[in-house]
Amino acid sequence: MSVATVGGPQVDSTTSPSEARPLDPESREWLRSLRSDGREHDEAVERLHSLLLRAARYECARRRPSLPHLRGNDLDDIANQAADDALVLILGKLDTFRGASRFTTWAYKFALLEAGVKARRRAWQGREIPLADDAWGAFADPGPSAHDSATTGELLRAIRTAVETELTDHQREVFVALALQEVPIDVLAERRSTTRGALYKTLHDARRRLRAALADHDLGAIS
Amino acid sequence: MNDRDMLARMLGPDGPEVTCEECFERLDEYVDAELVGRDPEGAVPGMAAHLAGCPACREEHESLRELVSDEPS
Repeated sequence: MSVATVGGPQVDSTTSPSEARPLDPESREWLRSLRSDGREHDEAVERLHSLLLRAARYECARRRPSLPHLRGNDLDDIANQAADDALVLILGKLDTFRGASRFTTWAYKFALLEAGVKARRRAWQGREIPLADDAWGAFADPGPSAHDSATTGELLRAIRTAVETELTDHQREVFVALALQEVPIDVLAERRSTTRGALYKTLHDARRRLRAALADHDLGAIS
Repeated sequence: MNDRDMLARMLGPDGPEVTCEECFERLDEYVDAELVGRDPEGAVPGMAAHLAGCPACREEHESLRELVSDEPS
């Protein structure tokens, strides 16, 4: 079957998350215990929460350098909130687990997502999104190495022109924030009351327009 | 960041890629395929291109792969 893609042609895929697969014994046991009643269920939920908290703390530890103003307790609060939110999500989605991976791998991704989004947003709390006019300054001097520098400089000028002439206002704003200013996509999504997926679709469409506008340039090295 | 990385960040991957939603939906399958030595791109076509173009999804992929690979088997 085919899966949805951003923009361009669809991608052929021979498997789908909707196709049930035989579960490995450990995953089967997780599902059985989480669907049970009473004490067994409560103990399974507690074990799952511990697993999610480990994942969330792992993610917060990875992000510690981007959060220098936070104390250890603050990071642990983010990890605990992420584990709690992931647990609720997972318990509501148990029936969607089809065994395409181990259950624990499937569960971890929810905790990592929750922790990552919370940490990115905390890192940008109180910060303004930089203005578009400031964006190109960092690229004014692409570097001293002779030929590469000239080629890069030429490409950058062509990209800048294409950004100004080929993109819609919305595409330009999203492109500048995400691709030039490196604003985290979850932060921009929160500020714009939209979703990561919707913003990435806009970025993808903008990139396609830019690539089309640069058809006369050699983009082989960055394909 | 070198010039090539800088330009790649602006222009993104060239070719079909999955959406952010599809990426999250199948990230666990992709990572398990990587870690057991199956072809991850064969399991989820378009995933590698998306991970190249989307920093947030790429970070989640790196975290999940590292976390799972650190687990005692």
